[in-house]
Amino acid sequence: MSTSHGTATAVDIAAAVRAGERSAVEVLEPYLAAIEARDAELHAFNLVTADEARDAAAALDRRVAAGEDPGPLAGVPVALKDNLCTRGVPTTCSSRILEGWRPPYDATVVARLTAAGAVSVGKTNLDEFAMGSSTENSAFGPTRNPHDPTRVPGGSSGGSAAAVAAGFAPVALGSDTGGSIRQPAALCGVVGVKPTYGLVSRYGLVAFASSLDQIGPFATTVRDAALLLEVIAGHDPCDSTSIPQPAPGLVDVLDRGVEGLRVGVIAELTGEGIAPDVARRVTEAAEALERAGATVGEASVPAAALGLSAYYLIAPAEASSNLARYDGVRYGLRVDARTTGEMMEASRTAGFGDEVKRRIMLGTYALSAGYRDAYYGKALRVRTLIARDFAAAYERFDVLLSPTSPTTAFPIGDKAADPLSMYLNDVCTIPTNLVGDAAMSVPFGTGDDGLPVGVQVLAPALGEVPMFRVGAALEAAAPGAAAVRPDGEEQP
Amino acid sequence: MSVTDDSVLVTSPTTGAVWEVVIGLEVHAELHTATKLFCACPNSFGDEPNTNVCPVCLGLPGSLPVLNRRAVELAMRLGRALGCTVNDSTFARKNYFYPDMPKDYQVSQYDEPVNTDGVLELPDGSRVGIERAHMEEDTGKNTHAGGGGRIHDADYSLIDYNRAGVPLVEIVGRPDIRSAEQAKAYVEELRGVLLATGASDAKMEEGSLRVDANVSVRPAGSTELGTRCEIKNLNSLRSLGRAIDYEARRQIDLLESGERIRQETRHWDEEGGRTRPGRSKEEAEDYRYFQEPDLVPLEPDADWLAAVDASLPALPAQRRARLAAAAGVAPGDVALHVARGLDGLALAAIEAGGDPSRVLNHVEHNLAVEGAEALDPTHLAELVRLEADGALTATQAKTVLANMVGSGRSPGDIAAERGFEAMDTGALEAAVDELIAAKPDEWAEFCGDDERKRGKLTGFFVGQVMKATKGQADGKAVTALLDARRDAARG
Ligand SMILES: [Zn+2]
Repeated sequence: MSTSHGTATAVDIAAAVRAGERSAVEVLEPYLAAIEARDAELHAFNLVTADEARDAAAALDRRVAAGEDPGPLAGVPVALKDNLCTRGVPTTCSSRILEGWRPPYDATVVARLTAAGAVSVGKTNLDEFAMGSSTENSAFGPTRNPHDPTRVPGGSSGGSAAAVAAGFAPVALGSDTGGSIRQPAALCGVVGVKPTYGLVSRYGLVAFASSLDQIGPFATTVRDAALLLEVIAGHDPCDSTSIPQPAPGLVDVLDRGVEGLRVGVIAELTGEGIAPDVARRVTEAAEALERAGATVGEASVPAAALGLSAYYLIAPAEASSNLARYDGVRYGLRVDARTTGEMMEASRTAGFGDEVKRRIMLGTYALSAGYRDAYYGKALRVRTLIARDFAAAYERFDVLLSPTSPTTAFPIGDKAADPLSMYLNDVCTIPTNLVGDAAMSVPFGTGDDGLPVGVQVLAPALGEVPMFRVGAALEAAAPGAAAVRPDGEEQP
Repeated sequence: MSVTDDSVLVTSPTTGAVWEVVIGLEVHAELHTATKLFCACPNSFGDEPNTNVCPVCLGLPGSLPVLNRRAVELAMRLGRALGCTVNDSTFARKNYFYPDMPKDYQVSQYDEPVNTDGVLELPDGSRVGIERAHMEEDTGKNTHAGGGGRIHDADYSLIDYNRAGVPLVEIVGRPDIRSAEQAKAYVEELRGVLLATGASDAKMEEGSLRVDANVSVRPAGSTELGTRCEIKNLNSLRSLGRAIDYEARRQIDLLESGERIRQETRHWDEEGGRTRPGRSKEEAEDYRYFQEPDLVPLEPDADWLAAVDASLPALPAQRRARLAAAAGVAPGDVALHVARGLDGLALAAIEAGGDPSRVLNHVEHNLAVEGAEALDPTHLAELVRLEADGALTATQAKTVLANMVGSGRSPGDIAAERGFEAMDTGALEAAVDELIAAKPDEWAEFCGDDERKRGKLTGFFVGQVMKATKGQADGKAVTALLDARRDAARG
C-alpha cells in the first residue's frame, strides 16, 4: 500500500501511542478512510463500527494523557471475524439465521484485545459459520481479494485476511477449523497463525467444530502476529479445553534465527495436487532456511493424506450438533409455522445457506445409528493415526514445511459449484487441526500469476517458539512480497 | 439379585395363569449444589422465571461449559454409597430438538459414566442392582397456554430456563424389582441414600426426584424378559405404585387375549388411573451421541476419591443393621426408626441401658414429632427403666415422654411433678374387686363363653379401673388381674 498508514505495524503503532507520540485517534482515521474508500468494492466487513472505534480511540488518548499505559496494543486498530462475540454489536457468522442477534457478552479474545488497548474497527465477512474456503458462502455476498478483486480472498476468514491485506486494519483475528486462517492469509499475502489447540480461549467464538476450532491472528508481519498472539493466548477458566499455562513469549524469540533448527519438508504435501509454482516456492523457502543455518530434510507423514476425508466427517458431525441451537426459539431468525417443529424447520430452511445445510446433513448422517461407527468412528481412528505420524515426524524435526494452499487465489465462482474441488483447497492445512498442533502461513513470493504464495510452517503442540523463529526467517528471506495495488490504479 | 418370592407373583383372575412382573426404575435426582452443572447460575427452585440464566445455560452462540466440581463430588459420593465403581468418565451430547433445551442437545454421560455396578439393599433384605448412576444437565420447563396444557394445541408456550443446566444424577436400576410395593420401597430407600449423602434434597413434589418405571411381565418361571413399556409422569410414590399395578394388569390382559406388547413410552394419567401411549420406540429419536468436545475427560485422582470416601456418612442400610443388632431384631423392624432419623437416639438409649423393645416401641409410636431427635438418650433410657420397674404405667410413660420432647427435662422430674407413681398391687386388686362387685351383670357376661363379648368387656373394665384410679393403674396389669379373677370364678 502506498497510503501513509499502510506500512505502520501494530508494534510501531502501540509504541508510538504508549509514548504519547501519536494519538490513537490520529492512528485510526486513515484506516477508517481506507475502509470508506475501498470496502464497498472488497466487502471485507459485514459491519464497520467507526463511531464506536472513534469513541474508544478518544478514550484511550484520554488515558494516555492521564499518564496511564493502555497496554501492548495501545491504539492498534483491529478487525474481528464476525463469528467472535462482541457485546451489544451484531455477530452474524454471515448467516441469515443470526439476524438481529446482539451477544450480551464479549468473547475472551475480544475482552483481552480491548484490555490491551486495541480498537475494533468492525466485524469481517466469512463463509457462513466458517464453512468454506473462499468467503463466497456468505449470506451477505463474497469478499474480494485486494490483490485481484476478481479472485477470492480464501476462507473462511476471507474478510479478516482481505482487511489486513487492503490496509483496513494492521491486524485482525480469524478462526481456523481446517485452514480458515492460514489459507486466506496465503491467498491475500499476509501472515496468519493457527495456534496450538487450547492455547487461545474459544469462549465467545461461535462454534463450527469444537474439537478443531482455534482463534488466531492475521498481520502484515510475523512480529505483529506474535504480539497479537501473546495478548490473546493464555489460560481461560471459561474454556475447559484451554491449556492451563500462561501465554508464551513470542516477540522476544524472533531475532534468535534458525541456527540448529531441524526443518522437514512434508513429502506427501508437496507433490501431486500442488501447483508447480507453489511447490517451487516451498523448495526455495527450504533452501533459504538452510542458508540461514537450519538443517533441512524430507519428512514423511503418510496419514496426512487421509486428513481431508476424516475432517469432512468429524467437522460436519460436530457442526450438526453445534448448529442445532439455531431453531428460531430464542434468538435470530424465526419463520412462524403451525407447530413448534414446523417453526424450527421453516426457520432453519430459510436461515441457513446451502453449504451449511450440506454439512449439517453430512454430519447428521455420519453420527446416525447404524452408520456412526463406519463414518464418525472410523474418522476418529484416522485422526489418531495422523497424530501418530506427526509425532513420529517431530521426533526427527523441530518444524515441518509445506504449501499453505495448493494454488494461489482462484477466480470468484470458479469452484463454487463443485464442493469437492473446494474442499481440496484445505488438504495441506486440515491435518494440523485434526492433531491439535500449531501452524502458520508466511507470505513467500508470488506464483506465476503474480499472486501471493504462502508457505506453511507446522510445529508440534506448544511449538510456537520454533515455529515463529522459522516464520521470521522466512519473512526475512521472502522474495519481494507482492505489493497491493494502490487504490485507484489499474490492475497490472 | 432378583427376588422371586411367591408372594409377588400375580395370578390372573380370568385364566388362573401365574405371571411375574419385572420392574426396573430410572430415577433422576437433582444434585444439591449451589450453582448449575456448567455455569455459575444459582441452582435454586421456585425463583422468578428466567432470572437464573447466563450465556452458558441459555446455550448462546459461543458459550462453553465448565464442569461444577461439587456436582462431581456429590455424584461420586452417591456412587460410593451405592457400592458402585467410580470410573474415569466423559460427557457426551444427546442430540434432539426440543424448545426447552437451549442447545438442542443435552450434555449427559453416555458410554463412560462416572458410576457403574452398584447395589441398593432394601429394608426387607432384598437387593436391587444399580447399572449406573451418571451425571447430566436438566432441561428448562415449558408452560403451554390454552389447548389443555399440551404443546400440540397450545395457543402459545412459555419457557423458563432457570432449571436448564441444573445438575442431575440419573440412577439406572436393574430390572430386579418384582412388585409395586418393592418399587416404592426402592425409591424410598434411594431417597434415604440421597438425603444421607447430601447428594440431593430428593423432593418428588418439587421435581428434584423423578421416577420412570420400565415394566414388563412374563409367565412365572420364565427367565426371558418380556417387552417393556416405560412409564413416565410419576409424581409420587402413590402414582408409582398405582401405575405399575395398572400397567402389569394391562400387559397381562393383552397377552392373555393373544395380543403382543408394543415397546413404547406411556404416560401415567393420575386422574384417569391409567397409562396412555406416548412415543413408540420404532419412531423414537436417534440421539446421535458423540463425546462432548467442549469438555475434557473427568479423571478423579486417588486423593479426591479418598476424600469422597472419608466424607461418606453412615447409610440407611448400615444404620438399620447397627440398630437391629443392638436391639436383637431384624433390620426390617427398624426401617421406620432409620427413615425418621431417630435410629441414633434409639441406639444411644439402648446403649445407655434402656430395654430395647420398649425403646423401639416408644420411638416408633410415640416420637413421630418435631424435636424428637434432640431428646437426651439417657432420659429415654431412664424412662423405659421406670416403666419396666413398674414405677410408671404405659399411659403415664407416654405422657412423660411427650413432656420430655422439647423441654430437655428428665422423666423423673416430670413424673414427680405430675404426681405419677405406679399403684401397688394391693391397691389395684382392691380397685378391681370393687368394680366386679359393682357390675355383676357385666362380670357374668365377661366370665361367659362368648369370646367377642369378653373382648369388648375387657375394654370396659380396664376403662372403669383407669377412671377409678385416675389413670394411675397399668392397663396391662389390670387385664392380667381381670383374667386371673375370671379363671378363678370359672373354676
Ligand atoms: Zn447459567
